[in-house]
Amino acid sequence: MKRFLTMLALLAGSISSAQAAGIDETINAATAPIASFIGDIVFFKIPVFGAQLPVVVLWLVVGAVFFTFYMGFINLRGFKHAIELVRGDYADPNSHGEVSHFQALATAVSGTVGIGNIGGVAVAVTVGGPGATFWLILAGFLGMSTKFVECTLGVKYRNEFEDGHVSGGPMYYLRQGFKDRGMEGFGKFMGTFYAIGIFIGALGIGNMFQSNQAYVQLNHVSGGALDGLGWLVGLILAAVVFSVIIGGIKSIARVTEKIVPFMAIFYCLFAIIVILMNAGSIPQAIANIFSGAFTGEGVAGGALGAMIIGFQRAVFSNEAGIGSASIAHSAVRTDEPITEGIVSLLEPFIDTIVICTITALVIGTAQVAAPDFAGDKIGVAMTSAAFEREFSWFPIPLAIAALLFAFSTMISWSYYGLKGWTYMFGEGERGQTIYKLLFCAFVALGCVVQLGPILDISDALVFLICVPNILGLYFLAPIVKREMNSYFARIESGEIKKFK
Amino acid sequence: MSNKLLVALDGSDCGKRALEAAVVQAKLTKASLVLTYVIDWTPYSFHTPQELEERHQRREAEIERANDSVLAPEVAALANEGLQVETVVRHGKIAETLVELAKEYDVSQIYAGRRGESRVRAMIFGSVTAALVQTAEVPVTVVP
Repeated sequence: MKRFLTMLALLAGSISSAQAAGIDETINAATAPIASFIGDIVFFKIPVFGAQLPVVVLWLVVGAVFFTFYMGFINLRGFKHAIELVRGDYADPNSHGEVSHFQALATAVSGTVGIGNIGGVAVAVTVGGPGATFWLILAGFLGMSTKFVECTLGVKYRNEFEDGHVSGGPMYYLRQGFKDRGMEGFGKFMGTFYAIGIFIGALGIGNMFQSNQAYVQLNHVSGGALDGLGWLVGLILAAVVFSVIIGGIKSIARVTEKIVPFMAIFYCLFAIIVILMNAGSIPQAIANIFSGAFTGEGVAGGALGAMIIGFQRAVFSNEAGIGSASIAHSAVRTDEPITEGIVSLLEPFIDTIVICTITALVIGTAQVAAPDFAGDKIGVAMTSAAFEREFSWFPIPLAIAALLFAFSTMISWSYYGLKGWTYMFGEGERGQTIYKLLFCAFVALGCVVQLGPILDISDALVFLICVPNILGLYFLAPIVKREMNSYFARIESGEIKKFK
Repeated sequence: MSNKLLVALDGSDCGKRALEAAVVQAKLTKASLVLTYVIDWTPYSFHTPQELEERHQRREAEIERANDSVLAPEVAALANEGLQVETVVRHGKIAETLVELAKEYDVSQIYAGRRGESRVRAMIFGSVTAALVQTAEVPVTVVP
């Protein structure tokens, strides 16, 4: 812990001592080599037919395909039931007042719907061509099954403390699940591996990437007025996050949690309007998605290249296989952990199949109408430019939406990372505060470095944790399958009844 | 239908007045009483993960508070009246939950107070009592 404090002190020192204009560059120069080093390890690439396939993407996709088949296409079969559960059709009135399925889903979704849905898709289309969208959607569909398995396990193996609060997630199911299968030592190792991963990963995907893209969009909207002022925006953002997670100013968090869903709806609504305004380009845009998916025209590595990019961005957006959502879902009290798994199916659906696809179509139709509309813009700025073609004022609400998405994702991820931390170091207050301070420092850091290294670092760190998680899911999948079959049998026989 | 009266208490004076009226009626008709406290709650709200984690504890605390500060004192006060009294605390939308409880406990009548909300307030937020009167499947006595 001392080391972290030293790091914090160093960081604070370097910010205050360096010249304002030079700070961004200094930090950039320092982080870029670290980023590429971590990236090289995690994204070790296998050359396949001219494309570069990162091992970790293969790992996630193979897992998602396996769970889809092993669970008998639960992503299709369970869909209708998921909606019934969220609607509360099966909710016992005597358990009203506990966390509802809807609440757990909403919290998990607002943790996953982040800048990735706006900016990540643009990255996918830039690098992987329109065809990447097809693979992105497919990956979202397959990811539903992975999510189902991990969220079921999250509830089944969560830890309930004496005062009634609960902590759950992959670290707990890895430890307990393996113990139940007679591999206690290995389970402990895997649990700790995951806890370290989610704790460090939280600083990337759920932190630096978010604050970075929020800054980019703010800068874009202000016409570049914030150039070189990343450190200032970063400090302000960090201060707000600080006030919520350390200062305990819950009202800010509450307000955000309430606004974010409406922002998401607002975003989708306008995206659909923009797509419809380009109605003439829709058939061509869709044709591009399909042809690009299988020909990979103009993409490094061809169709396979497009596929890899699509898969990579999908996982980055919906987090299936990362295990993060299972931490949020495990707060639900239910006698049937399967129900939570089924509800969580909707998460990749909403995040990837609905929101990402809409973003992809906004960009796709713009590309058909004006191939060079975005210039050299990438990420959020590119999506923003696509909207700007129809509504010149749109970048401003988009910037607000991006800021709020980023903020709510950061709040959720600060919690996920914290759970990793408390798993390792216990629930002590002092340790938790150190973690939270560190988290705030990284929020500020995120605004100062370039998108490239940020993406590399956060991708790398997050994908690292899917290694223990998915390995655990393979081992524990038979347990989930048994419960799933028993559950559906009892629904069939009428033993589990609807209350509505 | 059993001879039971459901009384909606909320810790306010109007709830108390509803109870008084119900007690008079119960004595006349030898009815038993079901004292209820509904904690306003909806399954469709948005929370932070931290709030979800603490939800169970909070719920227990809310139920305990409703029992200890509202229902238990009334039950104690009724101890010498020779009435049969049961209590229930539940989370949910208030009017909707009262209607459900009335069905579940098979009561013959509901007694509720009325807040005397201003017209504007009632127009915007809707009145709980009005919703109860409109949706209940048994007679409702509204005590001003």
